[in-house]
Amino acid sequence: MITKRIIPCLDVKNGRVVKGVNFLGLNDVSSPVELAKYYSDCGADELVFYDITASAEGRALFTDILCEVARTIFIPLTVGGGINTLDDFDRVLKCGADKVSVNSGAIRNPDLVYEAAKRYGNQCVVISADVKRVDGVFRVFAKGGRENTGMEAISWIRRCVDNGAGEVVLNSIDTDGVKQGFDLEMLDAVCRAVDVPVIASGGAGSMDDFVTLFKTLPGVDAGLAASIFHFGEVAIPDLKRRLADEGIPMRL
Amino acid sequence: MVAIVDYGVGNLFSLKSSLDAIGADVVVTSEEDVLRSADHILLPGVGAFEDAANKLRATGLDRVVIEEARAGKPLLGICLGMQMLFDKSYEYGEHAGLGLIPGEVRPIAEKIPSDLKIPQIGWNALRFHGTSPLFKYIKDGDYVYFVHSYAAMDCEESVIADTEYGAYLTAAVARDNVFGCQFHPEKSGPVGLAILRAFVEYKREG
Repeated sequence: MITKRIIPCLDVKNGRVVKGVNFLGLNDVSSPVELAKYYSDCGADELVFYDITASAEGRALFTDILCEVARTIFIPLTVGGGINTLDDFDRVLKCGADKVSVNSGAIRNPDLVYEAAKRYGNQCVVISADVKRVDGVFRVFAKGGRENTGMEAISWIRRCVDNGAGEVVLNSIDTDGVKQGFDLEMLDAVCRAVDVPVIASGGAGSMDDFVTLFKTLPGVDAGLAASIFHFGEVAIPDLKRRLADEGIPMRL
Repeated sequence: MVAIVDYGVGNLFSLKSSLDAIGADVVVTSEEDVLRSADHILLPGVGAFEDAANKLRATGLDRVVIEEARAGKPLLGICLGMQMLFDKSYEYGEHAGLGLIPGEVRPIAEKIPSDLKIPQIGWNALRFHGTSPLFKYIKDGDYVYFVHSYAAMDCEESVIADTEYGAYLTAAVARDNVFGCQFHPEKSGPVGLAILRAFVEYKREG
Protein backbone atom coordinates (compact mmCIF):
# COMPACT_ATOMS: atom_id res chain seq x y z
CA MET A 1 0.00 0.00 0.00
CA ILE A 2 1.28 3.45 -0.84
CA THR A 3 2.35 5.40 2.24
CA LYS A 4 1.53 8.87 3.40
CA ARG A 5 4.54 11.13 3.13
CA ILE A 6 6.19 13.34 5.75
CA ILE A 7 8.04 16.24 4.18
CA PRO A 8 10.29 18.77 5.92
CA CYS A 9 10.61 22.12 4.17
CA LEU A 10 13.88 24.07 4.26
CA ASP A 11 13.89 27.77 3.47
CA VAL A 12 17.23 28.72 2.00
CA LYS A 13 18.61 32.23 1.71
CA ASN A 14 22.09 33.05 0.42
CA GLY A 15 23.08 29.44 0.77
CA ARG A 16 21.96 28.96 4.36
CA VAL A 17 18.85 27.48 5.93
CA VAL A 18 16.84 30.20 7.65
CA LYS A 19 13.91 30.20 10.08
CA GLY A 20 16.19 28.99 12.78
CA VAL A 21 17.07 25.43 13.37
CA ASN A 22 17.80 23.88 16.70
CA PHE A 23 19.42 20.50 16.58
CA LEU A 24 21.81 18.68 18.75
CA GLY A 25 24.49 16.71 17.03
CA LEU A 26 24.76 18.79 13.91
CA ASN A 27 27.95 20.73 13.41
CA ASP A 28 26.37 23.35 11.22
CA VAL A 29 22.62 23.60 11.64
CA SER A 30 22.22 26.09 8.84
CA SER A 31 24.02 24.01 6.24
CA PRO A 32 21.39 22.80 3.76
CA VAL A 33 23.51 19.77 2.92
CA GLU A 34 23.94 18.66 6.53
CA LEU A 35 20.28 19.23 7.34
CA ALA A 36 19.14 17.40 4.24
CA LYS A 37 21.29 14.44 5.18
CA TYR A 38 19.99 14.55 8.74
CA TYR A 39 16.37 14.49 7.58
CA SER A 40 17.02 11.81 5.01
CA ASP A 41 18.64 9.63 7.69
CA CYS A 42 15.63 10.29 9.97
CA GLY A 43 13.24 8.87 7.42
CA ALA A 44 11.86 11.99 5.76
CA ASP A 45 10.03 10.80 2.63
CA GLU A 46 10.89 13.79 0.53
CA LEU A 47 12.49 17.20 0.97
CA VAL A 48 11.35 20.61 -0.16
CA PHE A 49 13.91 23.34 -0.70
CA TYR A 50 12.52 26.80 -0.92
CA ASP A 51 14.76 29.51 -2.31
CA ILE A 52 13.89 32.80 -0.65
CA THR A 53 16.90 34.61 -2.06
CA ALA A 54 16.24 37.83 -3.91
CA SER A 55 19.61 38.35 -5.61
CA ALA A 56 21.14 36.67 -8.63
CA GLU A 57 24.21 35.75 -6.56
CA GLY A 58 22.01 34.06 -3.99
CA ARG A 59 20.21 32.19 -6.74
CA ALA A 60 23.46 30.86 -8.18
CA LEU A 61 24.56 29.80 -4.73
CA PHE A 62 21.23 28.03 -4.21
CA THR A 63 21.74 26.09 -7.41
CA ASP A 64 25.23 25.01 -6.34
CA ILE A 65 23.89 23.85 -3.01
CA LEU A 66 21.07 21.95 -4.64
CA CYS A 67 23.63 20.01 -6.69
CA GLU A 68 25.54 19.23 -3.53
CA VAL A 69 22.36 18.02 -1.78
CA ALA A 70 21.38 15.89 -4.76
CA ARG A 71 24.83 14.30 -4.74
CA THR A 72 24.48 13.46 -1.07
CA ILE A 73 20.95 12.22 -0.48
CA PHE A 74 18.78 9.91 -2.55
CA ILE A 75 15.16 10.71 -1.81
CA PRO A 76 12.86 12.91 -3.91
CA LEU A 77 13.71 16.61 -3.91
CA THR A 78 11.25 19.37 -4.66
CA VAL A 79 12.45 22.89 -5.30
CA GLY A 80 10.45 26.08 -5.11
CA GLY A 81 11.00 29.81 -4.93
CA GLY A 82 11.87 32.10 -7.78
CA ILE A 83 10.48 29.77 -10.45
CA ASN A 84 9.13 32.06 -13.16
CA THR A 85 10.26 30.61 -16.48
CA LEU A 86 11.06 27.34 -18.20
CA ASP A 87 14.73 28.27 -17.81
CA ASP A 88 14.20 28.24 -14.05
CA PHE A 89 12.78 24.73 -14.32
CA ASP A 90 15.74 23.70 -16.39
CA ARG A 91 18.23 25.23 -13.97
CA VAL A 92 16.99 23.31 -10.91
CA LEU A 93 16.18 20.05 -12.70
CA LYS A 94 19.74 19.89 -14.03
CA CYS A 95 20.94 20.11 -10.43
CA GLY A 96 19.01 17.03 -9.41
CA ALA A 97 15.57 18.34 -8.41
CA ASP A 98 12.79 15.86 -9.15
CA LYS A 99 9.87 18.25 -8.92
CA VAL A 100 9.55 21.99 -9.25
CA SER A 101 7.03 23.95 -7.30
CA VAL A 102 5.55 27.12 -8.79
CA ASN A 103 3.57 29.75 -6.96
CA SER A 104 3.74 33.42 -7.92
CA GLY A 105 5.32 32.46 -11.24
CA ALA A 106 2.13 30.65 -12.24
CA ILE A 107 0.00 33.59 -11.13
CA ARG A 108 2.03 36.01 -13.24
CA ASN A 109 2.18 33.65 -16.21
CA PRO A 110 -0.71 31.18 -16.33
CA ASP A 111 0.89 29.34 -19.28
CA LEU A 112 3.93 28.37 -17.20
CA VAL A 113 2.30 25.27 -15.70
CA TYR A 114 1.10 24.06 -19.09
CA GLU A 115 4.42 24.66 -20.82
CA ALA A 116 6.45 23.05 -18.04
CA ALA A 117 4.17 20.00 -17.83
CA LYS A 118 4.42 19.54 -21.58
CA ARG A 119 8.21 19.69 -21.51
CA TYR A 120 9.02 17.86 -18.28
CA GLY A 121 5.91 15.82 -17.54
CA ASN A 122 3.04 16.40 -15.11
CA GLN A 123 4.82 14.56 -12.30
CA CYS A 124 7.47 17.25 -12.34
CA VAL A 125 5.19 20.25 -11.85
CA VAL A 126 3.84 21.12 -8.42
CA ILE A 127 1.42 23.99 -7.94
CA SER A 128 1.95 25.62 -4.58
CA ALA A 129 -0.87 27.89 -3.46
CA ASP A 130 -0.96 30.29 -0.52
CA VAL A 131 -4.62 30.55 0.39
CA LYS A 132 -6.50 32.69 2.89
CA ARG A 133 -10.14 33.26 3.71
CA VAL A 134 -11.38 36.72 2.79
CA ASP A 135 -15.02 37.40 3.69
CA GLY A 136 -15.65 33.67 3.77
CA VAL A 137 -14.11 32.97 0.36
CA PHE A 138 -10.82 31.14 -0.25
CA ARG A 139 -8.52 33.56 -2.09
CA VAL A 140 -5.12 32.98 -3.67
CA PHE A 141 -2.37 35.21 -2.33
CA ALA A 142 0.84 36.07 -4.11
CA LYS A 143 4.27 37.35 -3.10
CA GLY A 144 4.73 35.08 -0.13
CA GLY A 145 1.19 35.64 1.11
CA ARG A 146 1.34 39.44 1.12
CA GLU A 147 -0.85 40.24 -1.87
CA ASN A 148 -4.45 39.19 -2.47
CA THR A 149 -4.81 38.27 -6.13
CA GLY A 150 -8.60 38.29 -5.83
CA MET A 151 -8.75 34.85 -7.48
CA GLU A 152 -10.97 32.19 -5.95
CA ALA A 153 -8.57 29.51 -4.77
CA ILE A 154 -10.30 26.22 -5.53
CA SER A 155 -11.02 27.07 -9.15
CA TRP A 156 -7.49 28.43 -9.54
CA ILE A 157 -5.97 25.20 -8.23
CA ARG A 158 -8.26 23.12 -10.41
CA ARG A 159 -7.24 25.14 -13.45
CA CYS A 160 -3.55 24.56 -12.68
CA VAL A 161 -4.19 20.81 -12.40
CA ASP A 162 -6.12 20.87 -15.68
CA ASN A 163 -3.08 22.60 -17.19
CA GLY A 164 -0.83 19.77 -16.07
CA ALA A 165 0.23 20.29 -12.46
CA GLY A 166 0.82 16.81 -11.03
CA GLU A 167 0.67 17.70 -7.37
CA VAL A 168 -0.75 20.44 -5.16
CA VAL A 169 0.82 21.97 -2.07
CA LEU A 170 -1.86 23.84 -0.17
CA ASN A 171 -0.52 26.31 2.33
CA SER A 172 -3.22 27.84 4.47
CA ILE A 173 -2.20 31.33 5.52
CA ASP A 174 -4.97 31.20 8.13
CA THR A 175 -3.39 28.31 10.02
CA ASP A 176 0.28 28.88 9.12
CA GLY A 177 2.40 29.61 12.17
CA VAL A 178 -0.52 29.16 14.57
CA LYS A 179 0.44 25.55 15.39
CA GLN A 180 -3.16 24.55 16.09
CA GLY A 181 -3.44 22.00 13.31
CA PHE A 182 -3.79 21.86 9.56
CA ASP A 183 -6.63 23.66 7.80
CA LEU A 184 -8.92 20.67 7.35
CA GLU A 185 -11.80 22.58 5.83
CA MET A 186 -9.63 24.17 3.15
CA LEU A 187 -7.81 20.91 2.43
CA ASP A 188 -11.09 19.04 2.10
CA ALA A 189 -12.28 21.54 -0.48
CA VAL A 190 -9.09 21.05 -2.52
CA CYS A 191 -9.15 17.24 -2.22
CA ARG A 192 -12.70 17.22 -3.59
CA ALA A 193 -11.70 19.44 -6.50
CA VAL A 194 -8.62 17.64 -7.85
CA ASP A 195 -7.50 14.07 -8.47
CA VAL A 196 -3.75 14.56 -8.07
CA PRO A 197 -1.80 14.23 -4.79
CA VAL A 198 -2.47 16.97 -2.24
CA ILE A 199 0.18 18.03 0.27
CA ALA A 200 -1.00 19.79 3.41
CA SER A 201 1.05 22.71 4.66
CA GLY A 202 0.59 25.25 7.41
CA GLY A 203 -0.47 24.72 10.98
CA ALA A 204 1.26 21.59 12.23
CA GLY A 205 2.02 22.00 15.92
CA SER A 206 2.16 18.45 17.22
CA MET A 207 2.08 14.79 16.24
CA ASP A 208 -1.66 14.79 16.96
CA ASP A 209 -2.17 17.30 14.16
CA PHE A 210 -0.74 14.83 11.63
CA VAL A 211 -2.88 12.00 13.03
CA THR A 212 -5.99 14.18 12.72
CA LEU A 213 -4.99 15.25 9.22
CA PHE A 214 -4.61 11.76 7.78
CA LYS A 215 -7.53 10.26 9.69
CA THR A 216 -9.98 13.03 8.83
CA LEU A 217 -8.91 13.48 5.23
CA PRO A 218 -7.85 10.20 3.60
CA GLY A 219 -7.45 12.13 0.34
CA VAL A 220 -4.44 14.04 1.66
CA ASP A 221 -1.20 12.37 0.56
CA ALA A 222 1.44 14.18 2.57
CA GLY A 223 2.06 16.56 5.43
CA LEU A 224 4.65 19.29 5.12
CA ALA A 225 6.13 21.32 7.94
CA ALA A 226 9.19 23.36 8.74
CA SER A 227 9.73 24.78 12.20
CA ILE A 228 8.33 21.92 14.30
CA PHE A 229 10.87 19.65 12.66
CA HIS A 230 13.70 22.18 12.68
CA PHE A 231 13.26 22.93 16.37
CA GLY A 232 12.95 19.29 17.29
CA GLU A 233 9.44 19.74 18.71
CA VAL A 234 8.43 16.78 16.61
CA ALA A 235 11.05 14.19 15.65
CA ILE A 236 10.31 12.52 12.32
CA PRO A 237 11.01 8.93 13.45
CA ASP A 238 8.65 9.38 16.44
CA LEU A 239 6.01 10.95 14.23
CA LYS A 240 6.14 8.17 11.67
CA ARG A 241 6.03 5.47 14.34
CA ARG A 242 3.02 7.16 15.96
CA LEU A 243 1.18 7.45 12.64
CA ALA A 244 1.92 3.80 11.85
CA ASP A 245 0.55 2.82 15.28
CA GLU A 246 -2.61 4.73 14.40
CA GLY A 247 -2.98 2.59 11.30
CA ILE A 248 -1.75 5.13 8.78
CA PRO A 249 0.51 3.60 6.12
CA MET A 250 4.08 4.79 6.67
CA ARG A 251 7.53 3.91 5.41
CA LEU A 252 9.41 3.00 8.58
CA MET B 1 32.59 0.11 -15.59
CA VAL B 2 28.88 0.95 -15.52
CA ALA B 3 27.52 2.88 -18.48
CA ILE B 4 24.35 4.98 -18.23
CA VAL B 5 22.79 5.29 -21.67
CA ASP B 6 22.35 8.97 -22.52
CA TYR B 7 19.87 9.33 -25.36
CA GLY B 8 18.58 12.79 -24.58
CA VAL B 9 15.75 11.85 -22.28
CA GLY B 10 15.55 13.31 -18.81
CA ASN B 11 18.16 14.18 -16.37
CA LEU B 12 20.80 11.71 -15.38
CA PHE B 13 22.38 13.71 -12.57
CA SER B 14 20.70 11.82 -9.72
CA LEU B 15 21.27 8.41 -11.26
CA LYS B 16 24.94 9.11 -11.82
CA SER B 17 25.26 10.54 -8.30
CA SER B 18 23.70 7.43 -6.79
CA LEU B 19 26.23 5.21 -8.55
CA ASP B 20 29.05 7.49 -7.46
CA ALA B 21 27.71 7.14 -3.91
CA ILE B 22 28.09 3.36 -3.95
CA GLY B 23 31.60 3.68 -5.34
CA ALA B 24 30.82 2.40 -8.83
CA ASP B 25 32.96 3.37 -11.79
CA VAL B 26 30.25 5.08 -13.82
CA VAL B 27 30.05 6.97 -17.09
CA VAL B 28 27.16 8.69 -18.81
CA THR B 29 27.51 7.99 -22.49
CA SER B 30 25.92 8.09 -25.89
CA GLU B 31 28.91 6.34 -27.51
CA GLU B 32 28.47 2.87 -28.92
CA ASP B 33 32.08 1.92 -28.10
CA VAL B 34 31.65 2.84 -24.45
CA LEU B 35 28.50 0.74 -24.16
CA ARG B 36 30.26 -2.16 -25.85
CA SER B 37 33.18 -2.01 -23.42
CA ALA B 38 31.07 -1.45 -20.28
CA ASP B 39 30.55 -4.27 -17.79
CA HIS B 40 27.02 -3.15 -16.93
CA ILE B 41 24.47 -1.01 -18.76
CA LEU B 42 21.81 1.17 -17.16
CA LEU B 43 18.91 2.29 -19.32
CA PRO B 44 17.10 5.23 -17.69
CA GLY B 45 14.01 7.02 -18.98
CA VAL B 46 11.31 9.50 -18.09
CA GLY B 47 8.46 11.03 -20.03
CA ALA B 48 6.41 9.45 -22.77
CA PHE B 49 7.17 6.00 -24.20
CA GLU B 50 6.89 6.91 -27.87
CA ASP B 51 9.13 9.94 -27.58
CA ALA B 52 11.77 8.05 -25.58
CA ALA B 53 11.72 4.98 -27.83
CA ASN B 54 12.06 7.19 -30.91
CA LYS B 55 14.99 9.05 -29.40
CA LEU B 56 16.73 5.81 -28.44
CA ARG B 57 16.27 4.49 -31.99
CA ALA B 58 17.43 7.77 -33.51
CA THR B 59 20.76 7.35 -31.70
CA GLY B 60 21.09 3.78 -32.93
CA LEU B 61 21.84 2.76 -29.35
CA ASP B 62 18.73 0.55 -29.19
CA ARG B 63 20.54 -1.96 -31.39
CA VAL B 64 23.65 -1.81 -29.21
CA VAL B 65 21.66 -2.31 -26.00
CA ILE B 66 19.79 -5.27 -27.50
CA GLU B 67 22.95 -6.91 -28.83
CA GLU B 68 24.89 -6.47 -25.62
CA ALA B 69 22.00 -7.76 -23.52
CA ARG B 70 21.55 -10.79 -25.78
CA ALA B 71 25.27 -11.45 -25.47
CA GLY B 72 24.83 -11.68 -21.71
CA LYS B 73 25.85 -8.24 -20.44
CA PRO B 74 23.91 -7.20 -17.33
CA LEU B 75 21.31 -4.55 -18.19
CA LEU B 76 19.05 -2.63 -15.82
CA GLY B 77 16.16 -0.53 -17.11
CA ILE B 78 14.73 2.06 -14.75
CA CYS B 79 11.17 3.44 -14.86
CA LEU B 80 10.47 4.16 -18.53
CA GLY B 81 13.78 2.44 -19.30
CA MET B 82 12.28 -0.69 -17.73
CA GLN B 83 9.08 -0.35 -19.73
CA MET B 84 11.13 -0.18 -22.93
CA LEU B 85 12.55 -3.65 -22.26
CA PHE B 86 9.17 -5.16 -23.15
CA ASP B 87 7.66 -6.05 -26.51
CA LYS B 88 5.35 -3.09 -26.73
CA SER B 89 3.55 -0.29 -24.93
CA TYR B 90 0.02 1.02 -25.25
CA GLU B 91 0.83 4.52 -24.02
CA TYR B 92 -1.01 6.81 -26.48
CA GLY B 93 -1.18 4.28 -29.28
CA GLU B 94 0.85 1.14 -29.75
CA HIS B 95 4.63 1.31 -29.81
CA ALA B 96 7.32 -1.32 -30.11
CA GLY B 97 9.81 -1.78 -27.29
CA LEU B 98 13.16 -3.54 -27.29
CA GLY B 99 11.61 -6.98 -26.96
CA LEU B 100 14.10 -8.22 -24.36
CA ILE B 101 11.39 -9.33 -21.93
CA PRO B 102 8.04 -10.79 -23.05
CA GLY B 103 5.09 -8.67 -22.01
CA GLU B 104 3.50 -5.32 -22.65
CA VAL B 105 3.03 -1.98 -20.95
CA ARG B 106 -0.50 -0.80 -20.28
CA PRO B 107 -2.25 1.90 -18.20
CA ILE B 108 -2.49 1.10 -14.50
CA ALA B 109 -6.05 2.45 -14.77
CA GLU B 110 -6.97 -0.92 -16.30
CA LYS B 111 -6.20 -2.69 -13.05
CA ILE B 112 -6.74 -0.34 -10.13
CA PRO B 113 -9.97 1.01 -8.59
CA SER B 114 -11.09 4.32 -10.07
CA ASP B 115 -10.84 6.21 -6.78
CA LEU B 116 -7.04 5.85 -6.66
CA LYS B 117 -4.91 8.66 -7.98
CA ILE B 118 -2.94 8.32 -11.20
CA PRO B 119 0.02 8.45 -11.46
CA GLN B 120 0.97 6.44 -8.43
CA ILE B 121 3.39 8.84 -6.75
CA GLY B 122 5.14 7.88 -3.56
CA TRP B 123 6.70 5.13 -1.48
CA ASN B 124 5.29 1.65 -1.75
CA ALA B 125 6.38 -1.77 -0.53
CA LEU B 126 7.94 -4.51 -2.64
CA ARG B 127 6.44 -8.00 -2.53
CA PHE B 128 9.04 -10.47 -3.74
CA HIS B 129 8.32 -13.28 -6.15
CA GLY B 130 11.00 -15.82 -5.30
CA THR B 131 14.57 -14.61 -4.99
CA SER B 132 16.62 -12.38 -7.24
CA PRO B 133 20.28 -11.35 -7.23
CA LEU B 134 18.99 -7.78 -7.52
CA PHE B 135 17.48 -8.03 -4.05
CA LYS B 136 20.33 -9.70 -2.21
CA TYR B 137 20.81 -6.71 0.12
CA ILE B 138 17.15 -5.85 0.74
CA LYS B 139 14.12 -7.64 2.14
CA ASP B 140 10.56 -8.33 1.19
CA GLY B 141 8.38 -5.39 2.28
CA ASP B 142 11.07 -2.73 1.84
CA TYR B 143 9.82 0.56 0.44
CA VAL B 144 10.83 2.18 -2.84
CA TYR B 145 9.74 5.33 -4.63
CA PHE B 146 7.34 5.12 -7.58
CA VAL B 147 6.11 7.65 -10.14
CA HIS B 148 4.15 5.97 -12.93
CA SER B 149 0.86 5.79 -14.81
CA TYR B 150 1.70 2.65 -16.82
CA ALA B 151 2.90 -0.77 -15.77
CA ALA B 152 4.18 -3.98 -17.33
CA MET B 153 1.51 -6.67 -17.72
CA ASP B 154 1.32 -10.20 -19.13
CA CYS B 155 4.87 -10.79 -17.94
CA GLU B 156 4.25 -13.06 -14.92
CA GLU B 157 7.22 -15.35 -15.52
CA SER B 158 9.64 -12.38 -15.36
CA VAL B 159 8.20 -10.60 -12.30
CA ILE B 160 10.58 -10.59 -9.32
CA ALA B 161 8.55 -8.11 -7.26
CA ASP B 162 5.21 -6.40 -7.38
CA THR B 163 3.56 -3.68 -5.31
CA GLU B 164 0.02 -3.20 -4.09
CA TYR B 165 -1.79 -0.09 -5.30
CA GLY B 166 -5.41 -1.16 -5.34
CA ALA B 167 -4.13 -4.12 -7.38
CA TYR B 168 -0.75 -5.79 -7.65
CA LEU B 169 1.38 -3.93 -10.19
CA THR B 170 4.70 -5.08 -11.63
CA ALA B 171 7.51 -3.42 -9.67
CA ALA B 172 10.59 -5.27 -10.90
CA VAL B 173 11.40 -7.88 -13.52
CA ALA B 174 14.31 -10.10 -14.46
CA ARG B 175 15.08 -12.43 -17.30
CA ASP B 176 18.55 -13.91 -17.09
CA ASN B 177 20.93 -10.91 -17.25
CA VAL B 178 18.21 -8.34 -18.04
CA PHE B 179 16.62 -6.50 -15.10
CA GLY B 180 14.06 -3.75 -14.78
CA CYS B 181 12.72 -1.55 -11.96
CA GLN B 182 9.49 0.38 -12.36
CA PHE B 183 10.44 2.46 -9.30
CA HIS B 184 13.39 4.82 -8.98
CA PRO B 185 16.24 3.17 -7.06
CA GLU B 186 18.19 6.44 -7.25
CA LYS B 187 15.38 8.09 -5.24
CA SER B 188 14.63 5.23 -2.88
CA GLY B 189 17.12 5.99 -0.12
CA PRO B 190 19.37 3.22 1.26
CA VAL B 191 17.09 0.50 -0.16
CA GLY B 192 17.50 1.90 -3.66
CA LEU B 193 21.26 2.20 -3.32
CA ALA B 194 21.38 -1.41 -2.12
CA ILE B 195 19.56 -2.51 -5.28
CA LEU B 196 22.00 -0.59 -7.47
CA ARG B 197 24.92 -2.09 -5.58
CA ALA B 198 23.54 -5.59 -6.13
CA PHE B 199 23.18 -4.85 -9.83
CA VAL B 200 26.74 -3.60 -10.31
CA GLU B 201 28.01 -6.62 -8.39
CA TYR B 202 25.98 -9.00 -10.55
CA LYS B 203 28.10 -10.99 -12.96
CA ARG B 204 26.91 -12.89 -15.96
CA GLU B 205 26.85 -16.60 -15.49
CA GLY B 206 29.36 -18.90 -17.15
